[in-house]
This record gives sequence, C-alpha cells and structure tokens, in this order.
Amino acid sequence: MRAFVRSALESGSDLGEVDVVEASGGFDALRLLPRGPYDLVITDINMPDINGLELIQFIRTNEHHRSTPILLISTQSSERDRKRALSLGADGYVAKPFTPEDLRSRVKAQLEKGRTSARGNG
Amino acid sequence: MAEGVDKAREEFFSEAQELVESLSRNLLALDAAVRAKTEDPGLVNEAFRAVHTLKGLAGLFGAKRVGTLSHRLEDVLDSLRLGRLPLTESVLDLLFRAVELYGDALSVERARSDDPLPAIDALIDEFAHLGSEGPSGTSPLAKFELDQAMLAVLTEYEEHRLKTCVQQGLLLYRVRVDFALATIDRALEDIKARAKTHGEVITYLPTGASTGIDTIELDLLLASASSLAELEASLASNGAIIEPIRLRRVEATSARSAPSLGPSAPPTPSPPAPLPAHSLSERAPDAVEPNAAAHRAIAQTVRVDIRKLDALMNVVGELAIVKNALARMSERIRAEGGRQLGSELHSIQRSFERRLGEMQNGILEVRMVPLGQVFDRLARVVRQIGREMGKDIRLVITGAETEIDKLIVEELSDPLMHVVRNAIDHGIEVAEERLRVGKPLAGTIALNAFQKGNHVVIEVEDDGHGIDETALVDRAVVLGMVDPEEVAQLARSEIFNLVFLPGLSTKKEASDYSGRGVGMDVVKTNISKLGGVIDLHSEAEIGTKLTITLPVTLAIVSALLVRIVGRVFAMPLTSVAEAITLDEKQVRMLDGREVMTLRGVTLPICRLGRIFGLAPLPGVVPPKRQYVVVATLGSRRLGFAVDDLQGQQDIVIKPLGKSLSGVRGFSGATELGDQRVALVLDPAALIEEMLRGSETARERRLGYG
Repeated sequence: MRAFVRSALESGSDLGEVDVVEASGGFDALRLLPRGPYDLVITDINMPDINGLELIQFIRTNEHHRSTPILLISTQSSERDRKRALSLGADGYVAKPFTPEDLRSRVKAQLEKGRTSARGNG
Repeated sequence: MAEGVDKAREEFFSEAQELVESLSRNLLALDAAVRAKTEDPGLVNEAFRAVHTLKGLAGLFGAKRVGTLSHRLEDVLDSLRLGRLPLTESVLDLLFRAVELYGDALSVERARSDDPLPAIDALIDEFAHLGSEGPSGTSPLAKFELDQAMLAVLTEYEEHRLKTCVQQGLLLYRVRVDFALATIDRALEDIKARAKTHGEVITYLPTGASTGIDTIELDLLLASASSLAELEASLASNGAIIEPIRLRRVEATSARSAPSLGPSAPPTPSPPAPLPAHSLSERAPDAVEPNAAAHRAIAQTVRVDIRKLDALMNVVGELAIVKNALARMSERIRAEGGRQLGSELHSIQRSFERRLGEMQNGILEVRMVPLGQVFDRLARVVRQIGREMGKDIRLVITGAETEIDKLIVEELSDPLMHVVRNAIDHGIEVAEERLRVGKPLAGTIALNAFQKGNHVVIEVEDDGHGIDETALVDRAVVLGMVDPEEVAQLARSEIFNLVFLPGLSTKKEASDYSGRGVGMDVVKTNISKLGGVIDLHSEAEIGTKLTITLPVTLAIVSALLVRIVGRVFAMPLTSVAEAITLDEKQVRMLDGREVMTLRGVTLPICRLGRIFGLAPLPGVVPPKRQYVVVATLGSRRLGFAVDDLQGQQDIVIKPLGKSLSGVRGFSGATELGDQRVALVLDPAALIEEMLRGSETARERRLGYG
C-alpha cells in the first residue's frame, strides 16, 4: 500500500513536486513526526504496531502537529473504525480500493484547505 | 521504459507468490490449531495482512482477478479475526481453495490473458454464503476499569481481541515504557517479544507525554495470565512500569471503601478471575533472541532474479577455465626452464583458485533454498486430497530446512505432488480397511529430507497397504512390458521399478488424482532431468517408501576427467564413489553381463568405449592398465571401465543443443580450458540404461528400438 500511495503521489503533475516521507508503521511515524512539520499525514488504520486511531489521537494532542491535516485510508468494511478516526480528528478519508487519481484529488483538496487555514512549509 | 515495467511486473509476481505461500503456511498452522482445538488469533491476523497486502499489490498492477479474489478473501478473514465468523474446517476448506485459485489467477495474469476464471466467482459465491455471527451482547470489558480514552482509539479488531482475552479470564495490565527514539526498533522488538511470552499485547498507545525530546512514552495494553510480580520480573529490566488494570468493584462484594482511582493507589493484584482453561505456552525469556534476529533478517533481505545468479555463475565458470589455462601456463614456464617465474605464477594462480572457489561457493549458497518451500505446498495438497477422499492423513515432515538449488526446488514441486497424490490414493487404505488390519485410523505420510554428501535425499513414505507385486507383474505382462518367461528372474527392486514404466497402472479405475497410468514415468523423467534417481520400495501391509536422490546444485560441478579410447569425457564427481585399477582376471560374466567383485559385493562393469561404439583413434595404443570408476546413485552401483584418469576439474555444463538433446547418457558438454571440449557423462542415465540391460534387449525384440 505504501508503495502505491507513494507512486500515486509522485506520478502526475497536478500536485507539483511532492516530497514523500514514508513511515513503515505507527512507531516509525512517531519517530518521523518531529522531523516535520508536514503538510499532510496519510495513514491507514491497521498497522503492525500503533494503530491509525492512536496515531491520529497522538497528532491531535501534540502541540507541534495538532493542525496538520490527516487523510485516512480505510476499507469499505471498517465503518466503525472510520467513524472513530473522523471523530478523533482525521480530516478526510479515501476508501479502498481507490485509483491514484482519487488519492491525488483528495490530497490536493486537503493541501489547499491546509494552506488557507495555516501556513505550512516543507 | 518497457523493461522497467516488465521488471516491476516480475517483482509483483514473485512478491505475490511469496505472499500466497505465507498465506498458505498460515492456513496450515490454523488448520493444525483447529484440529488441536486451540486458538491462535495472531495467525488469522497474519493471514489477513498477507491478503491485504496482496490486494494492494494487485490493484497497483491491474491484476484484476487477483484483486477480486483478495478483496473477498480479506472480508472473510476480517470476519474471522473480528470473531464474527467462527473458524471451522469448512471455512478452512474455502480458504485453501482460495490459495489454489491464487496460483491459477497469477498464471492467467502472467500470461496477460483475458480468460475469465469462473472458479473465482464460484468461490466468492460460497464466501457469501458463509454464516455470520452477530457481535455478542453485553461487553465483557465492563468489569475492568479501562480508561475510556484508551478504548476510544482501539480498532474494531483490537477491541475484539481485548474482549476475547477478558472472556478467557486473562488479566489486563498497562505497561508503560519510555523509549529512546534512536533505539526504539530494537527496544520495542525486545519488549514485545518478552511481553508475548506472558500473553497478548492488545495495542501500543503513545501517551503523548515524554520525559525528553528524544524519547517516546508508550503504553502497552497487555492481556496476561501472569501475576504482576511475574511480569515485573520479566519486563522491569526494560524500564517498564507495570500497572494492573483493576477490576471494577461490584458493590455487594466490596469490603473496602477506598476510591479505586488515583495513580498512587497500591496496585491491587486482584485474585484472578477464572484462570484460562488452556494455559499459555510457557516460553523461556531467552526465546526472545531468535525472534528479534528473525525480524532483522527480513529487513536485510533482497530479492534477486535467479537468472542474474546464473549469469554470475557462468562468469565464474569462464573464470575457472581461465584459471585452468593459467595453471597449464605456469607448468609450461616451469618445464621450459623459467623456474622463478613459473613458481611465482603458480602461487598467484593458487590464490586466484582459492578466491574463485570462495566466490563459487558464495554464489551456490545464495541459490540454495530450503525444501520447506515445496513441503508447504505438499502439505496443502495432502490436506485437500485427504479431505476430498475422506481419508484422514497425518503429514510428518522432517528436514524441511535441508537446502537445495532454487532451480531444482522449482522442478521438484510437480513430481513430488504426484508422488504424494499416489500415496494417498493408492497407498493409504480407507478407514474401515485400516481398522480391520489394526492400523491407526489416520494414515501417515512422512516427508523426510536430508543431505548426504553432495546429494539431497527426499523420502516419501506412507503406511498404506503397499504395492501388490503380483498384480504389478501381471499387469506388466498383459501390457507386453515384461516377458512372462523372465518374470521369475526379476529381482524385487526390478519389480518395483516396473511402476515407472509408461502406461502402467494397477488401479482399475482412474480417480481424479492418480491411476491414469501417466505419472510415475513422468515423475521419473523429471527427476532424471534434474540428475536424480528414484527408488521405490514397498512391503505388503506395511507401506511404500519412495526415495529421490538429487544433486545439491546443477550450476557447477566438480568432475573427474577420464579418457576412453583416446577421447576425454567428464564424469560428475557427485556420483563417483571411488576409482580402482581394473584387474581383467577378476571380471567374470553373470547373466550376460560383465561383473567383478568389489569388497565382497558384485559390481556390474560397463565399458563405455563399447557402449558408445567408439573406434580407437589412429595412433592410440590400447593402455596396459585400465581403471574402474565406481559410480553410485541411490542404492545402485556401476563400474565404468576407462583407459585413464586425467584429474579433477570444476566444469560448467552447457546443454548439447536441440539436435543432440535426445541422446541418452550425456548431460551436456563442457569446455576444458585448453580449447578442448569434452562430453559430460550422465551417470544416472547410464546406470539406468546398463542395469536394465535385459530389458533393453527385450524392448528390441518387441520392436521399440
């Protein structure tokens, strides 16, 4: 999935040049977060260690990252988890299966929203 | 560009294949767990993950059929891991069918074919009919004082696991650890592994509070049957702070009035609610190490196309030829008086030789894969056929770690599959029959593998009724494969070898699996192509054992160079047991064959010059002394009479080309490094040919040529 997301983000020109930082799981994400700020965090729910809900909660309660937009990738079947993620502060979701175009348009929308509310660099 | 795409596609297929294999292993383990009436939620979850990843990959590469199958399979596994669907044998059947279908789907995708696979739709249909259990009523979690914030971030799966653990009577603990960012991976693996010996880690929750900027504080929610003291003893060295999550006091039983909240309250090791019926496996803390090592090993692996290794091996082969040329040159220089220069060259050549040897071994090692890969596939077949034929089969595997050349492994799958099918279909009796003869109800098939010198031996053994020798011989006579008059002269091993004749089957009706009379001869041909031999032994009422002996690798071989009537041939050392001087006085005739006695055992002799019909080259004087090279393969031995032994050399075997590919007795040709080319003898084929000398004579009579 990660490779797919990366290639989806890096292909096509509509997003401009995207700098993708890839975390291998929830822990890795925690480790990479302080190296931010990031314009957008994309996360799955089921990860080998920390789950996506926990990551979202962590980001939302962290003073440096609480306003970073979060895009959730979820499966059709996990409606409960998706609802929880949104209530914990995820900004939007892409349901699997999705095409690279689907993802890019969601990402673009999130980035634009992010730029109007808070300026991020990176 | 196109090349890049192809490469990516190839990687997709090999990664998909690996995922399917890991799924298959998981299912087999699950099957074992279900039979043993135990539970391993981790296995379902791993299977789910494999399918999940596969689905993503399939989407990425437009492999629609694989995608559709994965999508539905993922739903089923999701229901299983969330406890919505009970794991039964029939659910497992469907899952195993999915594994088989993946094979079909992948090959269809690989061929870029648009053929629909109706079997996938059929399976998906059956998936849809699987019953679904609604979630259970009242939450068992109510009795624990769980932090609502923690519950809020559990995924559905984690919540399900938590409930299951609580229902099993496990206690809950919060294990708080502060990790340094720099070493978090290793520290985590360590504590995870330790925690797992005590139970199940439900989730890892970052607390958001940390002691420093370089650290992260995590809460592990652990379900365990261990006491606080036990956990502290095992986890405290990791700097973990462990707190039991307390049981909610039920008013009626509450004697004390102290408020239960407040971190300073002394941890109350509440008497455990009913202990789990099946106690958790007690693992020593040092079981942690291999786990961590395995984890690291995965991250440090690369996937390499076997053709790249072949190309490298070829280069090594060419270098070996250069090395031989160098050796000859240093000899020549020394012989021509350049002593000093000659020995310097010699020592350079020696060190070149050593390094080359190391390189060759290195590449060979890389090509080696454990036979377990094939055995896993066989385990699936055994389960499936056993179930469909209503035979209860116990599969016992030993030596799955035995390594063999990757190319051989790939070619082994089909022949072994066939052999195992035969064993289940023809070998193992039906349950009533087994009961009648006093055998255990479940038939046993043993797959044993081990290395024996330069060979790998694979045994397939069943405890069925064995092969009916009389029926076999009768059938061979009816089909005109054996002369009725010679039947009496057949040795027992020769009788069993009739099984490998094309078109022979003693089963009157062909089943779906075997008994069509095509098969064992194909098995034998395939094994021979790999330079191996196959032996069969059977005892009535006790069972049948099939032994396959294979070379460890096909890539490069050490060979003994022999001279026969002036020509040089290479004989792979893997099959050479020894070489002795031929004493013509000891050669006698037995049943029309030349034999000699070697250490009390009769050894048939084969004069290659005669077999190949070689006329002596002009000017070549017949040698005064000849040698016998004793070749062994499996249980068979044959002595090759040769004129001279010319030393040992590493050779790369090149195929003979299409026009000569039908010639028996040679496995290829090789360059010797001095512009000479030598034919490489195929001892397996030659032994085969020679030891059924009487049969060939018969075939000639019957007009087979």
